[in-house]
Amino acid sequence: MTNIEQTLPEEGDRLENAIELKEVEGLSQGQIVFRRFVRHKGAMIAVVVLLGIVALATTSIGWGPIPGWWKGGGFGGSNPVEIPGGRPTLQVFGENGFQIGNYPFGQDAIGKDMFALTMRGTQQSLMMMVIIGLIATVIGVLVGAFSGFFRGWLDNLLMRLTDVFIVLPTIVIGAVLGKIFGSVNAFILAVTLGFISWTGLARLVRGDFLSLREREFVDAARVAGASNARIMFKHMLPNAMGVIIVNTTLLMSAAILLETALSYLGFGVRSPDVSLGLLINEYQTAFATRPWLFWWPGLFIVAIALCINFIGDGLRDAFDPRQRRIPTARALRRTEKAAAKRAARAASVGTVDGAGG
Amino acid sequence: MLNFVLRRLLSSVAVLLVATFLVFVLADIAVDPLEDLRTSTAPNKEALIAERIALLDLDTPSPVRYLSWLGGVAGCAVGKCDLGLAWSTNQPVSELLASALIVTLKLVAAATVLAIVVGVLVGVVSALRQYEGFDYGIIFLSFLLYSLPTFWVAVLLKQWVAIGFNDFLRAATISPLAIAAISLVVGIVFSSAAGGHWRRRLVVLGSSTVVVAAVLAYISATKWLLDPSLGPVVILVSGLGLAYVVTSISAGLRNRRALFSALTTAVLGAALWFPMQIVFRAANGGLIAGLAVSAVVAGIVIGLLWGGPDKWVSARTAAFVAVGVGFLIFTDRLMQAWRPYSESSVINGRPIPTIGSQTPGLTGSYWVVTLDQLTHLLLPTLALILISFAGYTRYQRASMLEVMNQDYVRTARAKGLTERVVIMRHAFRNSLIPLATIVPIDIAALLGGAIITERIFGWTGMGTMFLRSLDRAELDPLMIYVLIVGGVAVLANFVADLVYAALDPRIRVNA
Repeated sequence: MTNIEQTLPEEGDRLENAIELKEVEGLSQGQIVFRRFVRHKGAMIAVVVLLGIVALATTSIGWGPIPGWWKGGGFGGSNPVEIPGGRPTLQVFGENGFQIGNYPFGQDAIGKDMFALTMRGTQQSLMMMVIIGLIATVIGVLVGAFSGFFRGWLDNLLMRLTDVFIVLPTIVIGAVLGKIFGSVNAFILAVTLGFISWTGLARLVRGDFLSLREREFVDAARVAGASNARIMFKHMLPNAMGVIIVNTTLLMSAAILLETALSYLGFGVRSPDVSLGLLINEYQTAFATRPWLFWWPGLFIVAIALCINFIGDGLRDAFDPRQRRIPTARALRRTEKAAAKRAARAASVGTVDGAGG
Repeated sequence: MLNFVLRRLLSSVAVLLVATFLVFVLADIAVDPLEDLRTSTAPNKEALIAERIALLDLDTPSPVRYLSWLGGVAGCAVGKCDLGLAWSTNQPVSELLASALIVTLKLVAAATVLAIVVGVLVGVVSALRQYEGFDYGIIFLSFLLYSLPTFWVAVLLKQWVAIGFNDFLRAATISPLAIAAISLVVGIVFSSAAGGHWRRRLVVLGSSTVVVAAVLAYISATKWLLDPSLGPVVILVSGLGLAYVVTSISAGLRNRRALFSALTTAVLGAALWFPMQIVFRAANGGLIAGLAVSAVVAGIVIGLLWGGPDKWVSARTAAFVAVGVGFLIFTDRLMQAWRPYSESSVINGRPIPTIGSQTPGLTGSYWVVTLDQLTHLLLPTLALILISFAGYTRYQRASMLEVMNQDYVRTARAKGLTERVVIMRHAFRNSLIPLATIVPIDIAALLGGAIITERIFGWTGMGTMFLRSLDRAELDPLMIYVLIVGGVAVLANFVADLVYAALDPRIRVNA
């Protein structure tokens, strides 16, 4: 490393390179990406917040086999209104200091527990987000990979198919299909939405595969006798992973907003099932009298989407090989000091050596 | 090239055919035109059902009905359009479509233009201040806006912007605390956008805070918002300021001829305020459009008259100033209509509406009607801008950063060009190329995609037509919506490719 540094001409360049080199010294690609991601403050905060939301939503009212610790009434039934008007019992700077109470997010006109409803809606949104993300990623990667690898008529056919799905605004198909399936349950709606939101990813993966297939390592694999499937999924796919991961996160944040929009329009999840968009739709007229019915579901939508967007941004920065972080003045000073110390040590060692020799 | 265009057109038509066919069959499964009759208790229920089936031809399988629908639409090519009927109201689809398209265009046009202009501006500033406070603030803001559901923003806008502002207008005074807070926030934003040395930041912070506070105090003390107006003096002062700003960006203040032509335009424009008050009495849409065009022409002529080796730079600068000053004069005249508008019996002192595209039963001069349309546009436009502004900002920031790191920008700096020329001529222009390919696609998406905004604000545009036809089980209007939105999307993709090829010589389209 010292050798490389010494061959570099300029002081500023040398320092920047020292930082860069230290960053990638002896690490695998995955480790480099992980390190860069962990250093992205916004993304790390987003990961923590998102995990917190997931934990809160799953454990509080329980989800499937997971038992819930929240006892304030199920999300379906109604209870007597505790505080007149159903105002939230959550107090941060109240007369008793911080307290949660029985109905932290308040109650609606017939006494439903808003906290339980919001948690249930969050569960649904998270579940749909994951399903849509999974299905869309699998289809998008497959279509893009085949299209980009084989080119020719298959590429033409698959890309025109993608065009068909792009031409139709997602909200239109979502509404039509939601009208067919929406009354069944949220799971089927998520599957259908997954089947129509893969188009962007397919195009990106195709573009990546088109350029990857001309690279030397693909030729090498072919000469070594690898099958098409092995080349595609063992050799090329890992190289396209950055694009795929980043776009999957962005797709998932779009999926959350799409689901809430569809539920808001009345084509998505239907009552008595609960989703965040449906809650906002039901309670939007109550904004003037009971604003908390409107605030809490909205805040959770925004928080989830915001977290996913930040994570996606962090992943993009981490995967981008061209991304050269411009070092801050402080980082430059620090490296300068370290370099000076090293130089001093080297100099002293040198003199000792010189004296000895 | 011709080969490319032909192949693209053919495949686009094929894609559209398949897509419309899919939607037709799917929608036919989804909707049930007999729904109301099935639950009816009418004695002649069977006969009614039979009649409805005969009317809508429901015994024929849907692929065959699709062909007959397609035949009607294809008739447009030879001048015999048959877009079908919305059967529950017996309205021809072409009528529905015409009114819906106009409403949607009105709604989307202003929002798109404003979102692009503001987004690009903020994106450029954010890129030039990379990794500073302003940049981080903008990144966070754009992520936040990106994560907001439209309907949620819309409800908040209704509550705070419309109802809140209308309540505020009763008193129309701003408390000193609010004045201090607002002006300080504005000052901080400006100073962080200005960047540079801390002394420069402090100067910007102090001056902008004081100016904003003074303006707000004046507005509050005179209850200006109840009867706003600018007057020739304000127009003259802001016109001169505009002349300086435009010149410093477009030509550089060292270019004296450009500066003088801009100043001349500003002074002349302010002087024209007096005769314009008489001209405006006979105002209508055509006259205003004509005046706007003649303002541009006047600016160009002034710039050319100042002459010099680069007279077209002066002409460009003066034209921008002329448009700005013209806009100020127009705004001033609109403001004069504000008081009669808000005091009229149908408005009743609550001028910002939350719903609809115009006030029913409002009559008045051209100015009052225009004002009415603008106030109705305010909320939906704000909602649309908030959502799409974030995307443009992020895009423009990324593209500007990419260009600023190119070698030719370094070369331009090394040649000794001023920072203005490097940024405006070398970096900014090239950074707009990727944007030019997104804008057509975005406009296409907006044409059909403002469904939620339309619904919340009660506009009967394309989105409402789509929702209503799905609700009433009317296939014909639904199909024409899909056809138009899909066709515009295909066309926009095509235009985007051509624009990219035209702007970027490295890209060739003969592949």
